Amino acid sequence: MNWLHMLFNGPPGTPASVVWGFWVAAILTISIYSFLYKDNPLYKFAESLFVGLGAAYWLALLYHETLVPKLLHPLFPGGSGDPVQWIRIIPGVLAVFMLLRFFPKLSWLSRWALGFIVGMYSAVNITGFAQADFVAQIYATMTTPLNSGGALAIILNVVAIVGVCATLIYFFFSKEHKGVLGGFARLGIWFLMIAFGASFGYTVMGRVSLLIGRMQFMLRDWLHIIE
Amino acid sequence: MSEGFDLRRIDRRIIFVLVLVAVVWPLIAPLRLPMDVSPPVQNLYNTIEEIPAGSIVMLAGDYSPDTMPELQPMTDTFLRHAFRNDLRVVVACLWPASPPLVERALLPLADEFGKVDGVDYVNLGYMAGGTVTLLGMGASIPNTFPSDYSGTPVREIPLMQEVQNFDDIAFVMEISAGTPGTREWVQQVQSRFRVALGSGTTAVGAPNFYPYVQSGQLVGLLGGLKGAAEYETLLEYPGLATKGMDAQSVVHALIVVFIILGNVAYFAARRKGRA
Repeated sequence: MNWLHMLFNGPPGTPASVVWGFWVAAILTISIYSFLYKDNPLYKFAESLFVGLGAAYWLALLYHETLVPKLLHPLFPGGSGDPVQWIRIIPGVLAVFMLLRFFPKLSWLSRWALGFIVGMYSAVNITGFAQADFVAQIYATMTTPLNSGGALAIILNVVAIVGVCATLIYFFFSKEHKGVLGGFARLGIWFLMIAFGASFGYTVMGRVSLLIGRMQFMLRDWLHIIE
Repeated sequence: MSEGFDLRRIDRRIIFVLVLVAVVWPLIAPLRLPMDVSPPVQNLYNTIEEIPAGSIVMLAGDYSPDTMPELQPMTDTFLRHAFRNDLRVVVACLWPASPPLVERALLPLADEFGKVDGVDYVNLGYMAGGTVTLLGMGASIPNTFPSDYSGTPVREIPLMQEVQNFDDIAFVMEISAGTPGTREWVQQVQSRFRVALGSGTTAVGAPNFYPYVQSGQLVGLLGGLKGAAEYETLLEYPGLATKGMDAQSVVHALIVVFIILGNVAYFAARRKGRA
């Protein structure tokens, strides 16, 4: 009786809206998972609801979190006392240009906005990539210690350096992969395959974690079977 | 003529049920399997432990509800760690859905540790721009985030009087589910401003960032639910991540059994075909 009371009323002090929210979430979860048995109207309804709600949520979020603070408020501050930032007209015009992509006669204007975005992001990201992903990684590989940290650490560091070299050699296509070069290239393939396998294993772990999270919600927040 | 039982043609719904049982059973009847802590998580913990009390740290929440099972425990545990060590926390988000998710952990923990909004912590909310926002923060965090999540101007927030840019931040903890996320923080913040950076990411993204740990660009990395569970173990606070580890281990063992059975069936069929 106690459990049944908690099922429909939640723990003491829980608002009714929260309890009903748990029920709606649980029913929608079961509806989505019902697809694993076979496609059915419940699943289709839940899927459509999710797509529609998601689109509406993101639209509202982007309007209130991006459009208003970044464009509308700076241009029309109203009675807030903040000065009008006329320079925001420029990105506002570029934003309109992006939308003109849907009108064939005016779509050429969107290329100006796209060009600005591509140019700016290239400039910003090239320096960051060059420093963080290129220089820093090469430096770390070159200075990997081979005489400290214990036998296991030394072996693993040697494996890492050999792996980097072999993988890079695999992607060197200016010479035919024969002889010693071919041997290192084949070794590079093995390192790549092992890396992809490890990455796939992590992906499986991630998906299982999401299932565990859902089940924790169902068993704890909805059914109150676990704490 | 009967073909007999063929393992290669087993109904996939049987596999779904077995996976469901493998997840649910350890949640209801915990096995309490032992768990060791990996060096990237230990390094992250040690780095935060060495930060002097009263220092200001930043929590960058860059995730959305679909990755909450893996990342929310990390947010929860980091905030617990920071408040336990009397560190002051500034929250800044590059994903629009992140601020309320961080608040779900921030407000109850602030109550638990007696922390005051605006003095011990502040949630600056979300700012659009991704990489550009990071560069803006490097110049001036108050100019980039003119108000906090509740709309209070930062010039009226006591904690923000001491924060101009990353020079005033002792450590950044980045909880990331994608882009913009860990990679952008490493490329634009750690490489330019040399601020100590740790990260928690989904298991899908973690393999991409271990090279940053090896090179020292990240002081530590929490990879997926396992990483969150290891962090909880170090804090001696068994939360949701720790409770999910038994289920994770059982499902992984089940998947290994499936792979072995699948290969056995494949090679047996090949041998039968040759015969």
